Amino acid sequence: MSARQSLLDRLFANGTPLHDPVRSPPGDTAVKTTTCYMCACRCGINVHLRDGEVRFIEGNPRHPLNRGVICAKGSAGIMKQVSPARLTQPLRRKPGAERGDGEFEPISWEDALQLLEQRLRRIRATDPKQFALFTGRDQMQALTALFARDFGTPNYAAHGGFCSVNMAAGMIYTFGGSFWEFGGPDLQHAKLFVMLGTAEDHHSNPMKLALSKFKRAGGRFISINPIRSGYSAIADEWIPIRPGTDGALLLALIHELLRTGRFDTAFTAHCTNGAQLVRVQPGQAQDGLFAAAPTAPHDPPGVLDRLWWDERTGRAVAACSEEAQPALFGHYTLDDGTPVATALQLLREQVRDCTVDWAQELTGIPAGRIRDLAQEMAHAALDLAEDLPLPWTDWRGRHHDALQTRPLAFHAMRGLAAHSNGFHTVRALAILMSLLGTIDAPGGFRHKAPYPKDVPPDVRGPRGICDVRPNTPLAGAPLFWPASPDDLALMDDGSPLRIDKAFSWEYPLAVHGLMHNVITNAWRGDPYRIDTLLIFMSNMAWNSAMNTLDVRRMLRDKDENGDYRIPFIVVCDAFHSEMTAFADLLLPDTSYLERFDAMSLLDRPISEFDAAVDSVRVPVIPPLGQTRPFQEVLVELGARLELPTFVHADGSRKFRDYADFIVNYQTAPGSGIGFLCGWRGADGSKSLKGEPNPRQWEMYAQNDCVHVHHLPEAARYRRNWNRAYLDFAHDNGWRGRNTPIMVAIYSEVLQQFRLAAQGLRPGRQPPASLRQRVAQHFAPLPFWQPPLEQAVTDLARFPLAAVTQRPMAMYHPWDSQNAWLRQIHGHNRLVVHAATAQQYGIADGAWLWVSSPWGRVRARCQYSEAVEPGTVWTWNAIGKASGFWGLHPRAAESQSGFLLNHLITEELPMAGQGRVSNSDPVTGQAGWYDVRVRIDPADTPQAEDLPSQPAQTWPQFAPVAAPPHHRARIAPVAVLRYFAGRMGLAGEGQ
Amino acid sequence: MTQLALVIDLNVCVGCHACVTSCKQWNTSGAAGHLSDLDPYGENPLGVFFNRVQTYEVGQFPQTQTVHFPKSCLHCEQPPCVPVCPTGASYKRKQDGIVLVDSDKCIGCKYCAWACPYGAREFDADRGVMTKCTLCVDRLDDPAIPAAQRRPACVNACPTQARLFGDVHDPDSEVSRAIRERGGYTLMPELGTRPANHYLPRRAAHAE
Repeated sequence: MSARQSLLDRLFANGTPLHDPVRSPPGDTAVKTTTCYMCACRCGINVHLRDGEVRFIEGNPRHPLNRGVICAKGSAGIMKQVSPARLTQPLRRKPGAERGDGEFEPISWEDALQLLEQRLRRIRATDPKQFALFTGRDQMQALTALFARDFGTPNYAAHGGFCSVNMAAGMIYTFGGSFWEFGGPDLQHAKLFVMLGTAEDHHSNPMKLALSKFKRAGGRFISINPIRSGYSAIADEWIPIRPGTDGALLLALIHELLRTGRFDTAFTAHCTNGAQLVRVQPGQAQDGLFAAAPTAPHDPPGVLDRLWWDERTGRAVAACSEEAQPALFGHYTLDDGTPVATALQLLREQVRDCTVDWAQELTGIPAGRIRDLAQEMAHAALDLAEDLPLPWTDWRGRHHDALQTRPLAFHAMRGLAAHSNGFHTVRALAILMSLLGTIDAPGGFRHKAPYPKDVPPDVRGPRGICDVRPNTPLAGAPLFWPASPDDLALMDDGSPLRIDKAFSWEYPLAVHGLMHNVITNAWRGDPYRIDTLLIFMSNMAWNSAMNTLDVRRMLRDKDENGDYRIPFIVVCDAFHSEMTAFADLLLPDTSYLERFDAMSLLDRPISEFDAAVDSVRVPVIPPLGQTRPFQEVLVELGARLELPTFVHADGSRKFRDYADFIVNYQTAPGSGIGFLCGWRGADGSKSLKGEPNPRQWEMYAQNDCVHVHHLPEAARYRRNWNRAYLDFAHDNGWRGRNTPIMVAIYSEVLQQFRLAAQGLRPGRQPPASLRQRVAQHFAPLPFWQPPLEQAVTDLARFPLAAVTQRPMAMYHPWDSQNAWLRQIHGHNRLVVHAATAQQYGIADGAWLWVSSPWGRVRARCQYSEAVEPGTVWTWNAIGKASGFWGLHPRAAESQSGFLLNHLITEELPMAGQGRVSNSDPVTGQAGWYDVRVRIDPADTPQAEDLPSQPAQTWPQFAPVAAPPHHRARIAPVAVLRYFAGRMGLAGEGQ
Repeated sequence: MTQLALVIDLNVCVGCHACVTSCKQWNTSGAAGHLSDLDPYGENPLGVFFNRVQTYEVGQFPQTQTVHFPKSCLHCEQPPCVPVCPTGASYKRKQDGIVLVDSDKCIGCKYCAWACPYGAREFDADRGVMTKCTLCVDRLDDPAIPAAQRRPACVNACPTQARLFGDVHDPDSEVSRAIRERGGYTLMPELGTRPANHYLPRRAAHAE
């Protein structure tokens, strides 16, 4: 055969391939284990490297959280690493340049730190509250809170007040725990799973794993949401509901359960305060407070010092008396003539008018469906209950051979929380879950260590200006849990102590702060001006603002002297976000693959139902350019400023760096409790408590970066009342007491605030202008009212509700700079119920104006049948400002993406009350799902400066140049040919 | 004769796209790579993905279903993309039934993409060759990978475990049992392509 024939045979016969499909490309390979941070789920990952470049990120099969799975975002981590949006160099606003124009010059880290140190030192020595530290979607709040506390400023919070504080507060003030990392649905034993107000959330991979197993085992999944998105795609039933009305549904469900007697009476009597007697004495100082048992006060309040009405004897007895048969309902009179009623009686009266017909009018859900749903829930929780051979001992020392399941589980998220009526909505859900006995029962809701905590947790904060002193740590934690008006953070004249007015009479239980108020308040000087605002990982000039346009203006605004009203802004971020343009000092953070991190029990851990779990990140590749982890910056500043945690008595620094801090920091000298639970003790043999172990990081790195401490078997369920658990939690420092935590169906904490507003409680009382608001909203039992915004909105003109949903392949604004993820979500449309859009004369794909009383946006319409007719929605945070995030100025994210935030107002003009924050009056939660809008057709527009420009969204923002040394400037990429080992990245750090 | 395939359970797929990017990242640096992204940060990003998820709404409100539909090469038993290839680059492996593209023979004529009724082939405009799902053939026998993970990247990644993998010619395999017990079906069977990949349909559950 000729050579040519042989070649032709080889080429064109369907014979031996030329290319080897299984050949592993050559290169020096390594695998390192760490923890993902593409969202706040924190899955364990194995990072495969080839020649020092990231080749593959997979879920770690040995990790208890994700068990080897990984989502779209985690699998796209490589693209975050190599994104041109990464900041690489500390920068300072050029002298003479205007803030917001993005004109920066490089500055060395040493100069930046000195600059910061000098400024902060001066603030600390004169007026510490002039320094405000606000963080976004970070997972290091234990450290940032500690820094703020040491510094002495009360002005600290993360993003919770903007996000979903109502979910945390509403539940923790009821049963000492909440969803996400504090607890969740036990889908392993549940038979009915009801999810409300959730598209998907940040604890997503474990939820997806559990939901899939649940469905395959025959479980029934009901989703209640205005929109059928996210997990709801695989719900067995979707119940559409109007936004902001979930509280009405939940109260009607409670009404039905009480009316039909279908609730867990034993649990209600023995594990909640439902049977405890409440004083009914309107106009008197103790009205609405629990009647006290005549014996000496026990420690703690809430259990043996309360009263039951014993049906056996017809008398009041100490609550939890053995042999007593407590009445669940009824009005009674004590021996001394005090009129009382059981808390449950008051609940029944509270929901008397919350009928299914009432709820139908508000929610749009047929009354019959609501009635049946209540019975379906009761049937699952009570009739399908089974005994499991799980012995346990209760707090009184009584042994139980078995545990009954309560196979009804719930999950809920921002759809309930992000409304100004969200706190009471969540309280209603918490009460519903409690009435059916599902709290920490198999198949129901289960806590995750270190929860449950007290109702409320025993953390107090600064009470007054006397607690804020120069060169002194704050007296109290910056974020805390008020138990009465005595705990509020107030100036001597009763005005707010904090810049965001958290823990004042405007938002007494603002347990996560109010990030969304900070810039406005600082600009306005109300309650006061501040000097320095340090923002970490928070896009407060874009998607994390309620009125983005105004916030951007305020950041640049100057006073009559020509000085910026907020004098100094420091931004720390890894990417060129919209917020970075407004920095005076810009500090580049590393990526998650380049640093140490601790997901700590002191913060937001990744515990399982049966185990206390914490985890870490360890560096897998060296930091890019001059990036430095923000934690290192804080530890360094802490030492330079001689903050007590970070220096010895002689002022010399205690910790070499963040890693050293994590190993050696203890909550108190000799407490043995630090940020990480695992491999403590000199030999690494102790868990939860023990002396610092210098090799602790190595141990984590060798053990999948995760430490699991299984709770003793007898300590895993009914933990609020479980002797083994109560002692265990106390011994390990999770609680200061080992006493049981009763579910607060009736909240005496809220009643204390109400009494103060009514002028009946001595001591601190709200100012006259807030009395009515506090009295109304601090109801000890939940109620439903329309969101505040509706009272100042012409609902005929703005009849539609507008909300956002979280997509599974993007995490807030973080992933537009990711080449792969932006091909999944490159722009967003306004999704409208098809019939509704037709009513307004808007075709599928056509341009429309969506307007609220406060602003308008131009966007494109997308028809859908998967949304209730009165709601429009879009994906959260996809829209970007032109030129940011390493994107071309005419990228789809800015040209056809849009931000719904432009429609939202931060303040409401309430008649007779002046300016009122568009927030929940209880917690300050931003009510950003309350907005009402209208839609109108928009003709194809012509942009002003580019006549031939095709249609684009509005508003548009003039592109801001990328900062110096920015990759987007240095090497614009026409074609990305990612092949690990050939990218030439390893030399400089990727 | 072995026929490896994916079985995708539409009853638990939530459309999260984990399968899309885990595939992309494994293959761009693997034997089938690289997978180009044109204009990655620009106005018209266009990247090569072997697996894509389409989302459909079915029915009228309020009886709407949202169905997420991942689709990649179905590794047909009678693949129409093979006989049309002028260079023999498109071929089906005898030992396991995986349909592959030999990128060293491919001349980028795109005839195979015309022939495939499922739109499963992706042309890499930068490399000038056709690409497609390889069922991660470079993972299946790699001794450097732990045995339990010697499966396509998408199967390991899927957070709802919606993707099953195995031999559909083996009646006792997990995939064959799932097809039998759950009514697994193929796409457009009337075309005679006999796809190896199957889908498991939606089903509703009731309490008890």
